[in-house]
Amino acid sequence: MSSKLAPIATERLVVNFGPSHPITHGTLRIQMELDGETIIRSGCEIGYLHRGFEKQAENVFFEQVVPYTERLNYMSSVHNSNAWCHAVEQLIGLEVPARAQAIRVITSEMARIIDHAVCVGTNMVDLGGLTNFWYLWSYRERIYDLYEELTGARMMVNYPRLGGVAMDIPDGWLEKLHTVMEEMGPMLADVRGLINRNRIVMDRTQGVCVISQEDALNFGMTGPCLRATGIAYDVRKAQPYWGYDTYDWDIVTRNNGDTYDRITMRFDEMEQSRRIILQAAERLPEGAWIAEDRRVVLPPKDLVYNTMEGLINHFKIVMHGAQVPKGEIYSATEGGNGELGYYIVSSGGPKAWRVRIRPPSFQNFSAFPHMIKGSMIADAVAALGSVNVIAGELDR
Amino acid sequence: MEQAEISRKVQERFGDQIVEAGAYVGQHWVTVKPTELVAVLHFLRDEPELDFNMLMDIGGVDYQGHPDDKEWRFEIAYQLSSLKLNHRFRVKLAVADDTVVVPSVWQDWRTANWLEREVFDQYGISFSGHPNLRRILNHDDFQGHPLRKDYPINKRQKVARPIDHLLTDDPEWA
Repeated sequence: MSSKLAPIATERLVVNFGPSHPITHGTLRIQMELDGETIIRSGCEIGYLHRGFEKQAENVFFEQVVPYTERLNYMSSVHNSNAWCHAVEQLIGLEVPARAQAIRVITSEMARIIDHAVCVGTNMVDLGGLTNFWYLWSYRERIYDLYEELTGARMMVNYPRLGGVAMDIPDGWLEKLHTVMEEMGPMLADVRGLINRNRIVMDRTQGVCVISQEDALNFGMTGPCLRATGIAYDVRKAQPYWGYDTYDWDIVTRNNGDTYDRITMRFDEMEQSRRIILQAAERLPEGAWIAEDRRVVLPPKDLVYNTMEGLINHFKIVMHGAQVPKGEIYSATEGGNGELGYYIVSSGGPKAWRVRIRPPSFQNFSAFPHMIKGSMIADAVAALGSVNVIAGELDR
Repeated sequence: MEQAEISRKVQERFGDQIVEAGAYVGQHWVTVKPTELVAVLHFLRDEPELDFNMLMDIGGVDYQGHPDDKEWRFEIAYQLSSLKLNHRFRVKLAVADDTVVVPSVWQDWRTANWLEREVFDQYGISFSGHPNLRRILNHDDFQGHPLRKDYPINKRQKVARPIDHLLTDDPEWA
């Protein structure tokens, strides 16, 4: 009898996922060698969305890079441009007014909520649960509505400026923000109720595609993927900027480093972002929303139209760019997927000599072949969504 | 630990082997030659009071035509971070030109696998001991190295052929 139950002889099969495939949520390609449904090994190909951002950033003025940065992680676009301005301000030694810092905190945390909502929503679609997607997407739309009212655009807002933000918060906006954030609490609880103790989700994601602490550090993983392994590292706490240390919030961690942890911890992070936003909106400082530094900040239109000095100042900044001293900086902030680093080398002048971006998705995704080795194809689908690879920042 | 203190420690330990040390707005760095790279990185990682357990980033810089007129053409910046002690440091590598081969550190930090491929792709700097030194962001038919200063920004290239050999002998994937 036993000879009849011997394993069926299988043949290894090479399968391509992507570059255009529903699970990749962007253009990237994974080639897997399969034995039955088990992944023996895999390889990734990236670069389909490589637009030469870094080269472009060397060839335009510092302030002109702002809209380009938003095309990196387009899910949390405004955080990228906030972080870019933060980096250049450090190079210049420019002090940002307290109100602008608080506005940056609010906009960045809104971006983080969108980033996580999109990640979990689409990941659940990959797993076959469409309901969560609509819940999360409806709040994403409401946050985009808030962006629209604040900046005039929904996705690529081009709102931050060197020295602050482009314009002040409109009347009544904070109340709307408050309403959306308050109503979001029950929504998050609802979606959690659909996922956290869901037998199908648990069976498909718990203990699946585990990454150990050691490997996560080795591969340079940051953000939710690292915190899911139990390492409480968040740039907002470790090296606070924009006054993050003055808000009352916690770093979210999990212990298993599996797909389930990577998915569910994003809800807790959204909850923390919500807490930060409510606090920041509550005690938003009065005053200027952009620095009064005329080396880099355009003068008010009143001065441009009515005084010669204002006009010259405006002309100089628009035509010759903000002058940045010689130096170099590595500026890290906590993006939606982890540490977003800008390494800027300035040779003195209006353009950067070199702009290097440390996109969190690049390092996170480089661990992917290791993560899915020995898993089933369907596990790889769930894992890819939980890592939240954004092709824009992966390929730059 | 303050970055100035870290910089002092590294200079104390390696003395003349440090080509250059610099600082700007509180961030410090040392520049070393490719032959010293691994020793310096290991020192930073293994010294308990430094404990740089994370290689955050590797990024090349081309200094051709730079006003400073450096003796070397390229630099590669290794951004190190210690999560436990919460400090950062930067080690820069002075690479005279593209004939110099830089030792790969992928066996110490596996993240270096892709990061070094990117430096190779964008600058044409080779790494010895790298398991799979192929282009990563640009396609295989790409001519030249686009982040070099002598590569014109408006240069056009032909569209790539599809690649069929993703599964190489890279031990990462084996």
